[in-house]
Amino acid sequence: MSLDPSYVGRTYPPTAPYQVGREKIREFATAIGATDPAHHDPDAARTLGHPDVVAPPTFPFALTMAATQQIVEDPAVGVDYSRVVHGDQRFAYTRPVVAGDELVCVSTIEDITNRGGHGFLTTRTEISTVAGEPVVAVWSKLVVRGEA
Amino acid sequence: MELPARTFRITRADLVRYAGASGDFNPIHWSDRVATKVGLPGVIAHGMFTMALVGRAVTEWAGSPDAVVDYGVRFTRPVVVPDDDEGTEIEVTAVVREVTEDGLTRLDVTATCHGEKVLSQARATVRASVDRSAGRP
Repeated sequence: MSLDPSYVGRTYPPTAPYQVGREKIREFATAIGATDPAHHDPDAARTLGHPDVVAPPTFPFALTMAATQQIVEDPAVGVDYSRVVHGDQRFAYTRPVVAGDELVCVSTIEDITNRGGHGFLTTRTEISTVAGEPVVAVWSKLVVRGEA
Repeated sequence: MELPARTFRITRADLVRYAGASGDFNPIHWSDRVATKVGLPGVIAHGMFTMALVGRAVTEWAGSPDAVVDYGVRFTRPVVVPDDDEGTEIEVTAVVREVTEDGLTRLDVTATCHGEKVLSQARATVRASVDRSAGRP
């Protein structure tokens, strides 16, 4: 089943605020072997001008993956999640994510195409603080593989 | 200008740790039974884990963990991680494509596993100058 391109431009309601925890950043940094002190030690992060420990660049994916579930589960769009593979991923930063941030995600369907029996869904999630300060924009392209 | 290559070893234990830290518990990243059922050769690394390791190389080349302004990749090939102590390895290299007037450095990044590209169109922009000696832990 192909994806319906008429939903390009649809924007979904903001997610509940995500509280970025210091221990979560440390846990994530440890899991990817990122040993820079600014990921672990608030004083080292402050030396770089940040209020608390700094998240590695791909950390926000955990938030956007949850946020884009709204789109993937939207019956109107028609995604069969069992056939989804991750195509592209991009992060464009206004500033790094730091512990203490309270972040809200607003996701939009940026593009839908169908080609060679496969569906391609590009989502853009704008992550900002609860006060409205932009932090990072995140794009994911999902490939919905066609029936063989 | 080519930057010094970085090598990252990936074992099953790393995938379990990453699953917990990232909240991505898709069983294709820890169960051979499920992975082979969906047509994969075996358990594969999370694409986002590979992207995170490559991101580490980028921040280490840039010399600062907060230097990344823009970072994007395309996932082209799964990284199969065998259930043994050695696991597998990815090699990451990059060239400086451009240094902008406002001090941004654009990198073209290559990540391979067993000599085959696992990412394409991998590009990063960092708010730093990058030199050949950078990124040595």
